[in-house]
Amino acid sequence: MLCEITLVVPLLVGMLAAACPWHRWIGWTMAGSSATVLALGVALCLRTASKAPITALHGFLRADSLSSFMVVVIGVVSLLATLQTPRTMRQEMEAGITTRRYAGHYATLMQAFITCMLLAVLAANLGVLWVSIEATTIATTFLVSHRRTDRSLEASWKYLMLCSVGIALAFFGTVLVYFAELHVGGGHLQSASLDWTSVMASAHHLNPDVMRLALALLILGYGTKVGLVPMHSWLPDAHSQAPAPVSALMSGVLLSVAFYALLRFKAIADAALGPAFPRELFIVVGLASLVLAATMLIAQRDYKRMLAYSSIEHMGLLALGAAAGSPLAIAAVLLHILGHGVTKSVLFLSSGEIHHAAGTTEIAKVSGLLSRQPVLGGVFGFGLLALLGFPPFSLFVSEFTMARAEVDSGLWWVVALSLVCLAVIFGAIAMHGRQMLLGDAVTTNGPTATVRSVALPLITGLVFCAVIGISAWPLQSLLHDAARVVVR
Amino acid sequence: MNAATYTGALELAAGAVLVSAVMTLWRRQVRTIVTMLSLQGISLAAVALILAAHEHDGALALTGLLVLIVKGVIVPGLLRRIARLDPRSRETTPLVNVPASLVFAAVLIVLSYVVSARVTSVAPSVATRMVPIGVATVLVGYFMLVTRRRAVSKVVGLILVDNGIALVTFLLTSGVPLIVELGSSLDVLLVVVVLQFLVINMGEQLRRSELDQMKELHD
Repeated sequence: MLCEITLVVPLLVGMLAAACPWHRWIGWTMAGSSATVLALGVALCLRTASKAPITALHGFLRADSLSSFMVVVIGVVSLLATLQTPRTMRQEMEAGITTRRYAGHYATLMQAFITCMLLAVLAANLGVLWVSIEATTIATTFLVSHRRTDRSLEASWKYLMLCSVGIALAFFGTVLVYFAELHVGGGHLQSASLDWTSVMASAHHLNPDVMRLALALLILGYGTKVGLVPMHSWLPDAHSQAPAPVSALMSGVLLSVAFYALLRFKAIADAALGPAFPRELFIVVGLASLVLAATMLIAQRDYKRMLAYSSIEHMGLLALGAAAGSPLAIAAVLLHILGHGVTKSVLFLSSGEIHHAAGTTEIAKVSGLLSRQPVLGGVFGFGLLALLGFPPFSLFVSEFTMARAEVDSGLWWVVALSLVCLAVIFGAIAMHGRQMLLGDAVTTNGPTATVRSVALPLITGLVFCAVIGISAWPLQSLLHDAARVVVR
Repeated sequence: MNAATYTGALELAAGAVLVSAVMTLWRRQVRTIVTMLSLQGISLAAVALILAAHEHDGALALTGLLVLIVKGVIVPGLLRRIARLDPRSRETTPLVNVPASLVFAAVLIVLSYVVSARVTSVAPSVATRMVPIGVATVLVGYFMLVTRRRAVSKVVGLILVDNGIALVTFLLTSGVPLIVELGSSLDVLLVVVVLQFLVINMGEQLRRSELDQMKELHD
């Protein structure tokens, strides 16, 4: 039952939002639905911990500990994002950017978006996984163009075109996996279904030539949604144009849900091809993403784009962690997904507030944030520290563990190269952050208080990151369980 | 259906998919291009239906009908509406001119035979022998996507990619599970609907100007 309810709750709230005209309470209901998803995710984790996976709807849905963990990540980030939704909509309506009608559309699409991501991680079938990730593209295209400005339409056009091409490649890859599954027995056709369990069961016998091509297409295809080089160019545009809660959700979880698909396919490819070939591919895209992020961050002028490029960086780190591929590395990858999701959504949500107050997204025009808005500036500053991997925040632990696992797998040269990129990125973000937070205050008005309903969830998010960074306690066994789903 | 008729019919239908793809590179009038696309959708459906008749596969026949409706009728219809919004909808200045494009298409077709050889050798059959045709359609689609500047031409490129992948799917596996096929067909439809929405909402200037002049967003 847990699986079905996890999908039905956000779906019903979405239908409610479609049926009723926009009102604040719809926003709060959305937050309630996200909180429910989070609670259900925790329940799923407890149910699947070291036990057999749960299946539902005649095997259509399947929750193992990896899926359950992803449900928790989606729950946490969407809770943060939906808590800000009523305020974002009010600000936009006051500024005349949005009408009640469009606010209603926005709420419906947000819920559809969340439901699609949940379906992606709970689907038992790799084909259904593909369909739901494609469906997220359609929901988010409208969310990116929510403001109806030329810029946001341009961003969503690029997003839809590039992601449709990417996702078509991923479909091609999925079809090739299906073809390999059909011909496992050599001459006669096997019954094939693309079902995760049955694909994994026959993974050792999948034709290596077909699987090599399939994996390359899948990395390129899902890599588009993850934001990995070379198909990343939609990401900074879409993230900078979407409303803040949408950017938070896209950067915080959508990228990692697509990465989750790659983790599953990597497990299949590892079994069919041995670890060497998948590792090479992941290292290439991972390092390329890090280098691109480093070069684009140095001279970045827009703080939302800065956060977007930092997402490309962190996705690159995930790819390198997956390349190492040991159980420890994958556990660290999953912790990184959670930590990055929370940190990045806190940053995007606070950057939405900064944008609202300053009226610009240019780094150079925001300065003295700490003296003008101490609470907001503090949240943004600590968020940046967390993003840069300072202890006690969890990104420190996960980056450190991934690097260790990479060295253990003999990839010390990859660690060395990525450290160079990380040092450049560190310098760049620290410089931009200093300009925004310290600098001379533009106005001499006294400090402005930050609304408590904005600050509280964001501070809680940062504290959460610090807590899981200090004590991996509730997570450790969970992460190792989840990692074992995709590592033998 | 005897073997010779089956082979002949399949070759004809699959060949028509590629020919219509190359025709879209050749012609510049958007209305003609859309007609070619509709022809391609119908040929693609024919491939599915021929395979379904040969293998007595009900689900595949259903997929074929779905493809016929979505890719043969609805999607081209929507594209005609997009084209009508912009009266000067001729691909005026592609990045690569038409004769060069055609030469390039020929190169891509040869390339696709080389690429597909390793996959098709896993299960040689009448159907898998034609997989390079599908791969070639995908590559031609990409080429169009990269070198054409008009919004409509780019959408056409995307649909070519999609049709090519669908053709490969039919030929290699006689269709993926129905639910996946349904999802993918409906997605194509939705993508075109969304693109139509975007083109309509784009400011007059943005729509008229060529897409590589979209320079608002950059670093």
